[in-house]
Amino acid sequence: MGEMAIVIETVIKAITVLAVVAGMAAFATYIERKVLAFMQRRLGPMHVGPHGILQLAADGIKLFTKEDIVPQNSIKPIFKIAPVIAPASAFTAMAAVPFFPEFTLFGYTVHPIIADINVGILFVMGVASVGMYAPLLAGMSSVNKWALLGAARTVIQLLSFEVVTGLSILAPLMMIGSLSLIDINDYQMGGVGSWLAWKQPLAFVLFMIAGFAETNRTPFDLIEVESEVVSGYATDYSGMRWGLFFVGEYANMITVSFLVSIIFLGGYNPIWFIPGGLAILLKISFFIFLFLWVRAAWPHVRPDQLMWLCWKVLMPLALLNILLTGIVLI
Amino acid sequence: MYEVIAFYTFSLLTIALFGVVVISKNALYSMSALAGGMIFIAGFFFMLEAEFLGVVQIIVYTGAVMALYAFGMMFFDTTKEVRERVHAQKVIYTLAILVAVCVVFIVSGPIVGQKMQALYPSIEGVGNIQMVGLLLFTKYLVVFELAAIMLLVAMISGILLVSDRMNLDLTLKDEDDKEREMI
Repeated sequence: MGEMAIVIETVIKAITVLAVVAGMAAFATYIERKVLAFMQRRLGPMHVGPHGILQLAADGIKLFTKEDIVPQNSIKPIFKIAPVIAPASAFTAMAAVPFFPEFTLFGYTVHPIIADINVGILFVMGVASVGMYAPLLAGMSSVNKWALLGAARTVIQLLSFEVVTGLSILAPLMMIGSLSLIDINDYQMGGVGSWLAWKQPLAFVLFMIAGFAETNRTPFDLIEVESEVVSGYATDYSGMRWGLFFVGEYANMITVSFLVSIIFLGGYNPIWFIPGGLAILLKISFFIFLFLWVRAAWPHVRPDQLMWLCWKVLMPLALLNILLTGIVLI
Repeated sequence: MYEVIAFYTFSLLTIALFGVVVISKNALYSMSALAGGMIFIAGFFFMLEAEFLGVVQIIVYTGAVMALYAFGMMFFDTTKEVRERVHAQKVIYTLAILVAVCVVFIVSGPIVGQKMQALYPSIEGVGNIQMVGLLLFTKYLVVFELAAIMLLVAMISGILLVSDRMNLDLTLKDEDDKEREMI
């Protein structure tokens, strides 16, 4: 009976996370278009529903009913699997993220985390980077020059940012002494003053930059940038297969926002009068907005500039940060 | 019961995927199956409650197989089948099967004989990472450092091999030439 209860609880949690995050990801596309529009002094979607809010439904119907084209010479099984990898890995990564503080529902204490493993942060980062296989396989299986260029750039991107993510996170972890996201959150219980962003500002900035690279957002969206490689890995995709890539991308954005908020900005601890659950939602919203803001304000970088940035600037800085933290801690 | 289901699912998937790696003649199929198989192996670590090793398996092999893809992209047309020229097929197959059977016996022998004991049994209440760290920095310190030096040597020799024209920036050079021609 006890085992069965755990299984049922986990399944319910997983379905909830899937539904809520997929909904949030869809809504984020609307927000993105609106925010970008306002930053460029346009109105954005306006015609479908009040202020274009039903544009979401219209886009959904369009994506689902569009003809599903599989190019004749592509390697079909891999071409069809690739779009599934993106959302699958993004949602799997969320299994180890604690979303909210514990709360009681009908006299039953709910831990809003699907699997509380000891190495939560490593799991999230590792599985999220598996998502880079989606653009790689998509680019290599659709027989297309632009797609292949996109795939080659994916490899460059993964090999560049992964080192920075790992090394930048190491310094805060040395201070906390645990890889569990719950422990990391509890370390910053003492209000705004105890946020790790004040103690580890360099690590915070580095992790944020690497997060942009991990989610393929501007300025590091070089694997699909229209001005250079048409649409990169997604050139040959249409309809819902194309949509799946973007569900994955937005889900990844939400995961990275949760990670940054939990590691550096106090997670779901209450701030002053704001309860913890609301506090983390506000932080997430801010980071989603930051992703869009940067997209509106910054130009793209070239692949060689990305490699230069990651290997020659960010990695030495991260190493220096680890060294300094070590000296201070000893 | 769930562990049994999970174990058989993961074993079937892993064996099937590695089978594809060996049998398939298309480089893209092989590499994708390899990546999938490597990630499914992490499932076994999670079942044994060695979460740290499981996660390391995922992280390390994502990057490693990704680099393999890069080589595949550079050396093959991954959409076509690779033609292998195999001589003396019978000898190869016989040797491969013999070696596989030997490995199975070597690994399963101690389990059947029930003579397997943990040299450093896990301590109650001490986490995975702490145990790995403890062993790496006490008992296996020399091995650990030597492995690190070996990797460093490999990296330096790799850089040396390609370092002929490293002081020239390829992208900038092309543009400079073009600009000069235009002037």
